[in-house]
Amino acid sequence: MGRIVLDKVTKRFGDVEVIPPLDLTIEDGEFTVFVGPSGCGKSTLLRLIAGLEDVSSGMINIDGADATATPPAKRGLAMVFQSYALYPHMSVRKNIAFPLRMAKMDQVEIDKRVNAAADVLNLKDYIDRRPGQLSGGQRQRVAIGRAIVREPSAFLFDEPLSNLDAALRVGMRLEISELHERLKTTMIYVTHDQVEAMTMADKIVVLRAGNIEQVGSPLELYRTPRNLFVAGFIGSPKMNFIEGDEAAKHGAHTIGIRPEHIAVSDTSGEWSGTVGVSEHLGSDTFFHIHNTGLAETITVRADGEVSFKSGDRIHLTPRSDVVHKFSADGLRID
Amino acid sequence: MARAVTTQRRAINTLLAWAVGLLIFFPILWTILTSFKTEAQAIASPPLFFNFDWTLENYAIVQERSDYMRFLWNSVIIAGGSTLLGIIVAVPAAWSMAFVPSKRTKDILMWMLSTKMLPAVGVLYPIYLLFIQLGWLDTRTGLVIVLMLINLPIIVWMLYTYFKEIPGEILEAARMDGAGLREEILYVLTPMAVPGIASTILLNIILAWNEAFWTLNLTAANAAPLTAFIASYSSPEGLFYAKLSAASTMAIAPVLILGWFSQKQLVRGLTFGAVK
Repeated sequence: MGRIVLDKVTKRFGDVEVIPPLDLTIEDGEFTVFVGPSGCGKSTLLRLIAGLEDVSSGMINIDGADATATPPAKRGLAMVFQSYALYPHMSVRKNIAFPLRMAKMDQVEIDKRVNAAADVLNLKDYIDRRPGQLSGGQRQRVAIGRAIVREPSAFLFDEPLSNLDAALRVGMRLEISELHERLKTTMIYVTHDQVEAMTMADKIVVLRAGNIEQVGSPLELYRTPRNLFVAGFIGSPKMNFIEGDEAAKHGAHTIGIRPEHIAVSDTSGEWSGTVGVSEHLGSDTFFHIHNTGLAETITVRADGEVSFKSGDRIHLTPRSDVVHKFSADGLRID
Repeated sequence: MARAVTTQRRAINTLLAWAVGLLIFFPILWTILTSFKTEAQAIASPPLFFNFDWTLENYAIVQERSDYMRFLWNSVIIAGGSTLLGIIVAVPAAWSMAFVPSKRTKDILMWMLSTKMLPAVGVLYPIYLLFIQLGWLDTRTGLVIVLMLINLPIIVWMLYTYFKEIPGEILEAARMDGAGLREEILYVLTPMAVPGIASTILLNIILAWNEAFWTLNLTAANAAPLTAFIASYSSPEGLFYAKLSAASTMAIAPVLILGWFSQKQLVRGLTFGAVK
C-alpha cells in the first residue's frame, strides 16, 4: 500500500509562501516524478510528504490515515537523499541494517533482509566496508539498500542521481526503474532533469514556484502541454516558440513546434534561414537556425546523416499536425 | 637549480620555525632549568645555562613545605569537574544551535563570546559577595561552578562548530529510518561528534588548569589548586627563584604531559572548520 493524498497543503518559510495551496493524489504503486527548475518547491514538497518539514496548513493523508502531524519515523516511508546521507561510522551492513534495528527486528530476520538487499544491489563484496571507501555509485546503492530493507509503503527519492557522472546516472536510472518494476511500490522521485522524468515516470508533476503546472503521463505532457512553461520544460532540445504573424495564421498568440517536428531541406520549404551551430550526436544532429524572421533561433533535430555547414541557407517545414497553439496568457488552445 | 633554491628555503624556514618555537618555549625551559639550580645560581649574573651543579634540593624542600598532592587533587577536581559540567550544559545548547537554528542563533553565540571580552576583575566584587552569601568561598564546588561558567562560551562555541560540520541530511536519514531523538543522538550524532567532544574536553581542562585569577581570589587553603601552590612561593621580599621554579614545574608538569600526548587532537580541534 502507498496511496498518498495532499489536501490543500501549503508551506511558508517566514513570510515567503513556498507552496501555495496544493492538491495532489499519488496512487498506490505509481512512479511519480516531481520535476521543475531549481527553487520550484519540488524538494520542499517531498520533505513535507516525508515529514522532515511541517506543513503550514492542509492535510497529508497516507494510506487513508491522516499523517499530517505524524513524525517521519512513523510514516512508513523510506527516503534516498541526494548526498546519500550514509552513516559514515558504520559499515555497509550496519547502514542497511539500521532501519531494521530501529524497528527492533530480531537479528536473524535482519541478517536475512540485509543479505537479500546486498544481493539485489550487488553490494556483497563491499558489505563490511565503510561508506568512505566506496565510489559514488556504490554509495547510492547502499542508500537504496537501506531504503528497500524496510519494505516501506512508498520510496522518496530526492535528486538521487545528480551527484553521479553521466554514464553511471543512466545505469542507475535503469536500476531504479527495474526496482520499481519488481517491487511495485509507490515511488516519488524529485529531479530537475526532464530526461529522468520522461524515462522513469508513470506520472509527472511539473512544478513552478510551488504551483502544479500540469500532471500527466510523460507522453501526455509531451503531446499536450497545458501551457508555455510545460511546453518549454518537457522535451529536449526545447520547443521552439514563435509569435507574431506566423502565430496569427494559426489563430494563436504563440505557436510551439518541437525541433523533431521540423523537416529540413536545401531546396524548398515553408520557412528559411541560415545555419549557425550544429551539434552532432551521431544518431541525430541539432541545427540552430538564425535569420528566419520568426524567432531569434529555431532549433531543428535532423537525422545524423544530414549535414549542413555554418552559414548555409536552408529551408524548414513544420509538421502542421503537431503545431502547439497558445493564447496570450500562455495557455494551450485546442 | 630550482631544487637547490627550494632546499635552501626549506632550511631557512626550518631554522626560523625552530627559533620561534624556542622563543615561545624559552620561559618554560628557563623555569625548568632554574628549578635544578641552587638559589645562588638561580640569580647568578651572567645567567647559567647548563654549566651549573644540578640539584633536586628545591623539589625536596617544596614537597616538605607544602602538600603538593593536595593542590594537585584540587586542580584535578576543579579542572575536570568544571569541564564535565560544562560539557553537560553545552552539548544540548550547541546541538540546538547547530541543528535547529533560529535567526538569532549567531547573535546569541556572539553575545556569549563577548562575555569573554570583559575583564574578569570587573565582576570580581559581585562574584565575591555572591560567594560569601552562598558560603562558597574556598570550596571546590564554588570554583567548579565559576570556572564552568567562565569557559562555557568557549565550550559551546567549539561544540557548535563541530556539530555544524555534521551534515543535517544524515540526521534526517536517521529520522526517516525510524530513529527517535534518543536513538538519533545515541547511535548517529554522538559517534560522529566524538573527536570534537574529545578535543573540546581537552582544551577546557587545560584552560581550567591554568586559570589563575579566580582560583587565587576565591580560595584560601582548602580548595586551593596548583596555581595557588605556585603563588605561595612568589614572595616580594625573598628571592626564592629556584624554589618558585620547582613549584611551577611541578604545577605545569601534568598538563604539559597531557598536552604533549594529545597535541594532534588539540591542533585539529582548534583549527576545525578553519581548514576544510
